[in-house]
Amino acid sequence: MMKSIPRKKPFKTPAVRLYFHYISIQIRCMMQYKKSFILTTLGQFLASFNAFVGIYFMFRRFHSIAGYTYSDVLLCFSLISMEFSLAECAARGFDRFSHLVRQGTFDRIMTRPRNEILQVLGNNFELTRLGRTVQAIIIFFYGISQADIDWSFMKVITVVITILCGAAVFSGIFLINAALCFFTLEGLEVVNIFTDGARQYGEYPIDVYGKRMVKFCTFIIPYALVQLYPVKYLTGRSDSLLYALIPLAALLFLLPCYALWRYGVRKYKSSGS
Amino acid sequence: MQGYSDVNKLKKYVSFFRLRFVMGLQYRTAAFAGIATQFAWGFMEITVFHAFNNTDPAAFPMGFGQLASYVWMQQAFLALFMTWFMENEIFDSIMDGNICYELCRPIDIYDMWFARSVANRSSRALLRCVPILLVAFLLPEPYGMMLPKDFNAFGCFLISTMLAMTVTISMCMLVYMLSFFTVSPQGLRLIFSMTAEILQGIVIPIPFFPPRVRQILELLPFASMENVPLRIYSGHISGGEAAKAMLLQIFWILVLIAIGKLICRRAMKKVTVQGG
Repeated sequence: MMKSIPRKKPFKTPAVRLYFHYISIQIRCMMQYKKSFILTTLGQFLASFNAFVGIYFMFRRFHSIAGYTYSDVLLCFSLISMEFSLAECAARGFDRFSHLVRQGTFDRIMTRPRNEILQVLGNNFELTRLGRTVQAIIIFFYGISQADIDWSFMKVITVVITILCGAAVFSGIFLINAALCFFTLEGLEVVNIFTDGARQYGEYPIDVYGKRMVKFCTFIIPYALVQLYPVKYLTGRSDSLLYALIPLAALLFLLPCYALWRYGVRKYKSSGS
Repeated sequence: MQGYSDVNKLKKYVSFFRLRFVMGLQYRTAAFAGIATQFAWGFMEITVFHAFNNTDPAAFPMGFGQLASYVWMQQAFLALFMTWFMENEIFDSIMDGNICYELCRPIDIYDMWFARSVANRSSRALLRCVPILLVAFLLPEPYGMMLPKDFNAFGCFLISTMLAMTVTISMCMLVYMLSFFTVSPQGLRLIFSMTAEILQGIVIPIPFFPPRVRQILELLPFASMENVPLRIYSGHISGGEAAKAMLLQIFWILVLIAIGKLICRRAMKKVTVQGG
């Protein structure tokens, strides 16, 4: 039997539990349209499967790219798609944020005594992204088994922090995209370059795109910290412990993202009806 | 009398077309944002292929200049050939019941939506292609775009672009028509456009597939979309081969429109208007 919670002070559900409650509502809601749910999940699965097919056929023809083998590229591909799909599952709610602003729904959110980010995410959880996540997990284990990695405890740690920090970087970009809606009222198509574009072109190690791209992805938007450097460590191209732990530095990227969001919330003027 | 009403009918579609076209030209800021995005996309795409080309030039199935032209043309005419570029308005009207107003009009719904799609796609493409192509021509090697081989090739390219757009739209029409039979068309739409994405040669151009796979792909209706005009432009296919590809395009147009009209008639018989 569940113990009932004593309610002495005004009771506040813990944020995590509230979030999962939001999600359970969304899932039940989606389950009302089962056929559509299955088709959409399948579609998402196909979407990332296409990318895999592309890589497969390119490597049947060329065998390597800029010194990287098929298994190296699979490793990059699986890391990026794991990072992206985790971020997407959690934070894609920001994707439809422009609707909230334009229709004035954000006003309603602001009147509630809970964190705005929590509410925005909870209101737009997308289970259908599961298709992509499942795909990412399959590719991930396939890629890992194909890659000749000399496993060690440290390398396992590197994989785990790379995925988590990578998911944080993508979430940060989703957050920026949402924050920009405060100023433009519209989602900016340009941001797609840094979300879907990064996922698509992050299939290949970033140094394939040249030195300037590596610099950009190290210091401005830290994709390289969650892809190129840890991959170098994992595949034995470098033994430096710095490369193994560098994904953690990518978390710094969240600071400016969050600052922009706060600034946007403070500046927010209601629109819509 | 018959002739008069036919002219009148045509006029209706032409005015529909004009209305949509002018509307499409209104969204200039969105177009600029889109153009910037497409530049980034094209640039990344070419860089990847360039890296592959450097690794093993012998395995590259087309000239690198041909590939660069292919990619830029693809970006410039994105709106003409992408299957995911469908109209939410149409899906919404089927879902929320507004479709009944459209059904009241004395026009064939298939033809009307067809005219509307032609207008939407061509207005968007016209707006975007000019700046993209201008810059793409000025870019240095290996990123730059080539001029077509001769006037003949250019003519063929124009004709097959029209045909390719028609194939794309008649494919999308199938999805619109099938939406009458489901409650929520999003899943159907996603699966359709993802299948098209790989078979159409967007993920990797069709010449990059192994020969066996390529032979099959080239017969499918998906290959009659962007694959044909873009390869004709870059000179990858020409002469008899190009003519054959264009005949196949016409064949698929006829088949797809016939199927679409058939489904349309079935749907109209049993259409249930939802929502209120």
